[in-house]
Amino acid sequence: MSTTSKARPPGGAIRRQQTRTAYLFLAVPLLFFLIVRFLPTLMALRMSLFDWNILKDTQPFVGLENYTRLAQDERFLTALKNTAVYTLIGVPVQIALGLAVAVMLSRVTALRGLYRALYFAPYVTPIVAAAWVWQWLFSPQFGPVNTFLTWLHLPAQGFLTSPSQALGTTAALVVWQNLGFQIVLFLAGLAAIPRTYFEAAEIDGATGAQAFRRITLPLLNPTIVFSVVTGTIAYLQLFTQVVNLNFTDQGGPLSSTTTVALYIYQLAFGRFQMGYASAVTVMLFAIILLITVIQLKFLTRRYDA
Amino acid sequence: MTSARQTGAPRAARRPRRLNLPVALIYAALTLGVIVTLFPFAWMVLTSLKSFQELFNLSFLPQQPTLDNYAQVLTQTKFLQWFGNSLLVAGVTTLSVLFFDSLVGYTLAKFDFPGKNLIFLLILSSLMIPTEMLVIPWFVGVSDLHLTRSVPGSYFAILFPGLISAFGVFLMRQFFESLPTDLIEAARIDGEHEFGIFWRIALPLVRPALASLGIFTFLGNWNAFLWPLIVIQQPQFRTLPVGTALFNGEAGTQWGLIMAASSLAVIPVLIVFAIFQKQIIDGIVMTGLKG
Repeated sequence: MSTTSKARPPGGAIRRQQTRTAYLFLAVPLLFFLIVRFLPTLMALRMSLFDWNILKDTQPFVGLENYTRLAQDERFLTALKNTAVYTLIGVPVQIALGLAVAVMLSRVTALRGLYRALYFAPYVTPIVAAAWVWQWLFSPQFGPVNTFLTWLHLPAQGFLTSPSQALGTTAALVVWQNLGFQIVLFLAGLAAIPRTYFEAAEIDGATGAQAFRRITLPLLNPTIVFSVVTGTIAYLQLFTQVVNLNFTDQGGPLSSTTTVALYIYQLAFGRFQMGYASAVTVMLFAIILLITVIQLKFLTRRYDA
Repeated sequence: MTSARQTGAPRAARRPRRLNLPVALIYAALTLGVIVTLFPFAWMVLTSLKSFQELFNLSFLPQQPTLDNYAQVLTQTKFLQWFGNSLLVAGVTTLSVLFFDSLVGYTLAKFDFPGKNLIFLLILSSLMIPTEMLVIPWFVGVSDLHLTRSVPGSYFAILFPGLISAFGVFLMRQFFESLPTDLIEAARIDGEHEFGIFWRIALPLVRPALASLGIFTFLGNWNAFLWPLIVIQQPQFRTLPVGTALFNGEAGTQWGLIMAASSLAVIPVLIVFAIFQKQIIDGIVMTGLKG
């Protein structure tokens, strides 16, 4: 504001010209963001206050009833708990594995490009195709993973058919798909750390573990923050893998793999309860917003001080 | 050349002391990781080559490899149609994103006007809105407008949410910021009009950024699932992920066919990846470091 008024006297005409051109260039995109992102967000907020069913003629206003209903909805609470478990397993595991592989890759020179490409391949694989292979690999009757376990004289497992193992097996698929992306991200972060830091630490007699903890981790902080924040947002919206791992019993067995996103889909497009589903989306939005703000605040502060 | 050698030599001599793991062990660990990572691919392709009789005997390699499953997928399902739909949807979306995201990124980086920072913040904040929240109003809107009653309407309904990407705006703005302003000023003095400066001078200079944004947008839309699953009403408009996902129910659990369809669905993406590997990885590097 203040710079605008200061610059006005000499170049006022040029500035007006620039403003006009800028808004001309931005007109269509701004309209797009308004119509396709912001208005639907407001509409979802509004719909969450109605008993909105697309198959019915009237959509009565119910106030906060959809929200109070959420507190007693077992399926919602299960979905919420599962989503939290996915995030708490998936994000740390993919970051730890990604960091381990990236550190190893950064220490070798031969074949580095080939290894990187091979680890990256799952990331570009269509999720639907990956989900099918996973069902076959972990099948209790004819899956190679159980064959492998019998070779080791271990008991065969239920995996995707077992209510206690299905979530972990699903999370393994997501980690497998994301790992290549993590590795490349960390390789870039590692390459940006000046070698002189490590050389100085070495002269001071630091061990490899000390150098990793005191130099690598703190200097990799921006990359780790980026991974934690974007990874968390992605895990909180987990949907495609969960649906496709069990298309006949979505989110099964016994709701053990259901996520909030899948529950929203089932409410809105299976039962057409769009008002109630909207209330769930508003909760999801609030959770994402809250967690992102907290993460950005704490994770970036730790090493900056 | 010589200076690189000079600094490189003592570093190479010193390196072994910093490593606490021998290189051979690192290679062994990396190779084991790659085998585990690629096993699902190998299984998928090998299974797709097995005949129905061989499917459930647990040998790794097919005894009598056959292309029957592929022939069946191509002739008895709508695979090629889904493939074409995905190509159309992802292609149009990518072109639109490249054009609009670079235009917005350029404007936000190189113009001075009131509301500039607010507009940038608003666009960025839209990244936090979950897709699940948007699909319900989108669906109501598409139904109210009867969009899916015509062929162009159906395709438009599938692809409209991706036409401009907030993330791409962020990426392109970073790139245009590093472009020297003198260049633009010089073109203005030469009497070039503003759109011409963007199109003929600025855009060719950020080609690497356009390449990686283009590839990521294409891959993302090629694999898009939630919205296409919801909005596609007639089988003829199904994209590859939606078609193959619903294929299971319609074909029964014919594992040979499913594995052949999955293998075919992976091929185009792997080709794109093989060709553009460098740009894809550079793209991640750029985005990761800016975050």
